[in-house]
Amino acid sequence: ILPEGSNLAGVRHILLVLSGKGGVGKSTISTELALSLRHSGKKVGILDVDLCGPSIPRMFRVQDNDVHQCDSGWVPVFVDQDKSISLMSIGFLLEKPDDAVVWRGPKKNALIKQFVTDVAWGDLDFLIVDTPPGTSDEHISTVEALRPYKPLGAILVTTPQAVSVGDVRRELTFCKKTGLRVLGIVENMSGFVCPHCLASLSYDLLLLLFLLQECTNVFSKGGGEELAKHAGVPFLGCVPLDPQLSQSLEEGRDFIQEFPKSAAFPALAHIAQQILDGTSQRSS
Amino acid sequence: QVALLDIDICGPSIPKMMGLEGEQVHQSGSGWSPVYVEDNLGVMSVGFLLSSPDDAVIWRGPKKNGLIKQFLRDVDWGEIDYLVVDTPPGTSDEHLSVVQYLGAAHIDGAVIITTPQEVSLQDVRKEINFCHKVKLPIIGVVENMSGFICPKCKNESQIFPPTTGGAEKMCQDLNVTLLGKVPLDPQIGKSCDQGQSFFSEAPESPATLSYRSIIQRIQEYCDQHHLREDKTV
Repeated sequence: ILPEGSNLAGVRHILLVLSGKGGVGKSTISTELALSLRHSGKKVGILDVDLCGPSIPRMFRVQDNDVHQCDSGWVPVFVDQDKSISLMSIGFLLEKPDDAVVWRGPKKNALIKQFVTDVAWGDLDFLIVDTPPGTSDEHISTVEALRPYKPLGAILVTTPQAVSVGDVRRELTFCKKTGLRVLGIVENMSGFVCPHCLASLSYDLLLLLFLLQECTNVFSKGGGEELAKHAGVPFLGCVPLDPQLSQSLEEGRDFIQEFPKSAAFPALAHIAQQILDGTSQRSS
Repeated sequence: QVALLDIDICGPSIPKMMGLEGEQVHQSGSGWSPVYVEDNLGVMSVGFLLSSPDDAVIWRGPKKNGLIKQFLRDVDWGEIDYLVVDTPPGTSDEHLSVVQYLGAAHIDGAVIITTPQEVSLQDVRKEINFCHKVKLPIIGVVENMSGFICPKCKNESQIFPPTTGGAEKMCQDLNVTLLGKVPLDPQIGKSCDQGQSFFSEAPESPATLSYRSIIQRIQEYCDQHHLREDKTV
């Protein structure tokens, strides 16, 4: 039973996006998952606990926004008029965007505790917590602070490469040790179809090619799915490398709306659907 | 004579990339022995202290700092020309500690890696600020994953479009040297996964040529640096 007036009382499901490795696309996956869930009519919040490298605000083009206080704490930043996606990140608290947050663990821990308890999210279907790479202060503090609110679980992001998979194995151990349920593994940057090779082909053929994996494995092959099998956790899918997706993110656009025909779209939609199916199973 | 120190305590990738997975560290009278790839290349990483690939190092800052201090103080490197320190992403405990502990030894400088994307540059600008804050000289920036050459048709495409001008513009804006750009060659990932030297596997790759040019510029920087300084340890 949560303390009355708790800022997380109106949040139905909390999920964490983790990785052992940096640069695999956690923030991208967090953003795209939020957009997918919104397209299914859900209200979503994203809590960005990467204090040294906060990427979320820019992905929604709100990096210049300020954060305001209300009686119950910080008011999250809404990305649009519908107020269907709201964000909190240290990015909003910096005076200048290039300011480095050069803090040791204890100071990071203090802010993370505040971020977990002092943001007035209101009613949300999903709160997605985007994390930095690793298994250290931010992760330990976030999981401890979220424990009373019983998170749904964690999604682990890897690329196909063995060095990435190697770090995600460690992240799986972190989840086991901290009692965090693993919802599944996503293999990001999984294959690339060269646009020059593709120029002469139709959309249907593109889909067929993707299914046949007739694309260059830029970052080697299939490690994410093997890891999921080995660890006994669900494999949520492969998201291919898509320059249109990269461009969208750079410009803070809604990729889901603008590029439904992109190779990355079906993969992302499928991941979101599995999360939704998981939550409806949980309630029934 | 080169030493490679991996201070990514939570995500030590160096052992695998060097083909040294499963190796352990030995103690001698003079301290911990690095693990040697070649006679003139020794490596140290927390990876060598873990008994299983599933072992996670779930430590807060102070404990990580303690191990970094040990790595710097207790490893018997011998006489070395270059100590290369690989760090995790961020501007936190590991970065502060290594700069602090190496303060007396005089660090030549930092090489900062980015991709062409703004999401990466955004963090690298902070890293550059960190270097200024702790008075760490910047040797230069490397733009990694800069363009992809299709192995089938040999045309170049941009997987990570430099929508805000890439590392080149950032370096101009911040008055920092751009050491070079390394294109994405799928062989790089493969070699790293197999613990092989990419230079040996793909000597003709445009990426190899890039790497070599960047490394040469780093060596030139260090040589010039030495001519000006009188080093005492």
